[in-house]
Amino acid sequence: MKTSYWLMRFALALLLLGMFFGHLASESYRFTDATQGILPFHVLRPLHVSSAYFGIIIGGLACVSLALFEIFPNLKLSKWLKIHLLLWLISICGIFYSYFTKDFSGREYWEFNPIWALPIFLSFVIFLFFILKNLLTEKKWPSYYWMWFTGIVFFLFVFLENYLWIFPYFKNDLISDLTLQWKVNGSIVGAVNQLLYGFSLYMMTKISGNSEMAHKKIAFALYFLGLFNLMFNWGHHIYLVPTSRFIHHLSYIVSMTEWIIFIKIIIDWKKQLSESKKYYYFFPYRFIMASEYWVAINLFLALLLSIPAVNLFTHGTHITVAHAMGTTIGINMMIILAGAFYYIAPPLLNKLTRITLNTLFWLVQSLLFLFILVLVIMGVKKSIWQFSDSSITFSQHQDSLSFIIVVFIVLGALLFFSLAGILLFLMQQSFIKKSKS
Amino acid sequence: MPIVAKFYSFSPLKIFITLSVLFLLFSFSLYLKPHRNKELRNLSTQKQVSAGKEVWQRNNCHTCHQMYGLGGYLGPDLTNIMSKPGRTDAYIKGIITSGVKQMPAFQLSDKELTDLLFFLKAMNETGTANPTDYQININGTYTLKK
Repeated sequence: MKTSYWLMRFALALLLLGMFFGHLASESYRFTDATQGILPFHVLRPLHVSSAYFGIIIGGLACVSLALFEIFPNLKLSKWLKIHLLLWLISICGIFYSYFTKDFSGREYWEFNPIWALPIFLSFVIFLFFILKNLLTEKKWPSYYWMWFTGIVFFLFVFLENYLWIFPYFKNDLISDLTLQWKVNGSIVGAVNQLLYGFSLYMMTKISGNSEMAHKKIAFALYFLGLFNLMFNWGHHIYLVPTSRFIHHLSYIVSMTEWIIFIKIIIDWKKQLSESKKYYYFFPYRFIMASEYWVAINLFLALLLSIPAVNLFTHGTHITVAHAMGTTIGINMMIILAGAFYYIAPPLLNKLTRITLNTLFWLVQSLLFLFILVLVIMGVKKSIWQFSDSSITFSQHQDSLSFIIVVFIVLGALLFFSLAGILLFLMQQSFIKKSKS
Repeated sequence: MPIVAKFYSFSPLKIFITLSVLFLLFSFSLYLKPHRNKELRNLSTQKQVSAGKEVWQRNNCHTCHQMYGLGGYLGPDLTNIMSKPGRTDAYIKGIITSGVKQMPAFQLSDKELTDLLFFLKAMNETGTANPTDYQININGTYTLKK
């Protein structure tokens, strides 16, 4: 179990670093030159994205492994987790080395030298064996087992696909390659979400004490709907790319099935509100609930962006970033924080800590909302610029946004400090817990 | 009725396998796309376009610039930069080597610069990323204006 705690600490540290690099990168928009900040922008952006996203992936894996320790008292292959962690350490060190030495042989979101993808792939293979060895001891799987299994399998498949561009056959066809690149970027998010949503469902069953909810047909229906979307809805990223119309239409139709999930969330709203009041002072539950509210907001935004006619106005603008921030911070990070609080923080906190955490919790939620709102405003402004008088250059358009960019940087910094407070508290608690045990 | 009953007796494993097979078929149909695209395979400049794409990748141009709206937000979309009025090869090379506003000066060799321009020209020929070139249809999709 010690290894799982180290995985969690590693994830929390990466999330902290991801936000720090993100803040430095945001300063390039207004205060620093793209080359003259602490680090150049083209180094900071990959550092920000990789730290944050690998933090989310490792956090998800840490949550799942901690849950498995809880479910199976005699967990099999638990020693394999050490190799899993070691492979992650090797790859993250390699990725950082790659960025600091400006060895950008990869591409967007995966800019590091492809050699460092190998330990990541192997770590997932090991994790797949680890979970299968344990999950296969049970015949009737709850839906969250399926979600974890799906998350790992699809991550492996899509991760391999992510490196097809190495072969000239794929690399030489610009549009097919661009299509595959965004198939990967879209699907990989879906795979990681399967891991995290599965863990969120597991947490809900633990907190409510109702293990049956994960075996219900509706739980499976929602799981398969999520899987269906993971497989076929990524095309909304490339509506503008002149690829096959079939991909665009399929994605449009499949994306619209997510209205079912959205409507279900609205129907369940009242029940959730009364539950929220019941468990309000239990931090793991509160973070899970926060993630569910962010799911509703982001899903609504995603549904709008998946309509090609709307997408035409929002594509390539900060509205897409708003959606990405809502998903990574609002949903993914909230679930990881719920897991971290559940496994690391003591259930009973002293008054001062409770008040501090309570303040930080609400600061994070409100700052994130404002941050997303500012990104949406920036996106709307860019869209208006794209559709208006073409004599205004991109540079002039950027200059016209100077005030709102400052607001964006300040809000981002405040969000970073608030989240850092929570992450550092959890980090400290994880070491206290270790010394007690 | 028996069909309905049979449907409900489906195990999650069966649904998972069915969906996965469909996903694999869909994925492999995409992998065959370059094979079907004979025009591109016969392109004499293909090597330089690929080399230019590598220059784009190695210098992390996408952290600031976009292609078809995909990429960073600090600089403009460059899908059709080569067809914009006044954007000659010399002008683009000058911008890359001297830098402008937020954009730093890049120390690229003549070959790298030429390859990068081949890539930008090839990208330009694939289509238009200007949203005003498209018209919205009644079913919520959009197509190129005729």
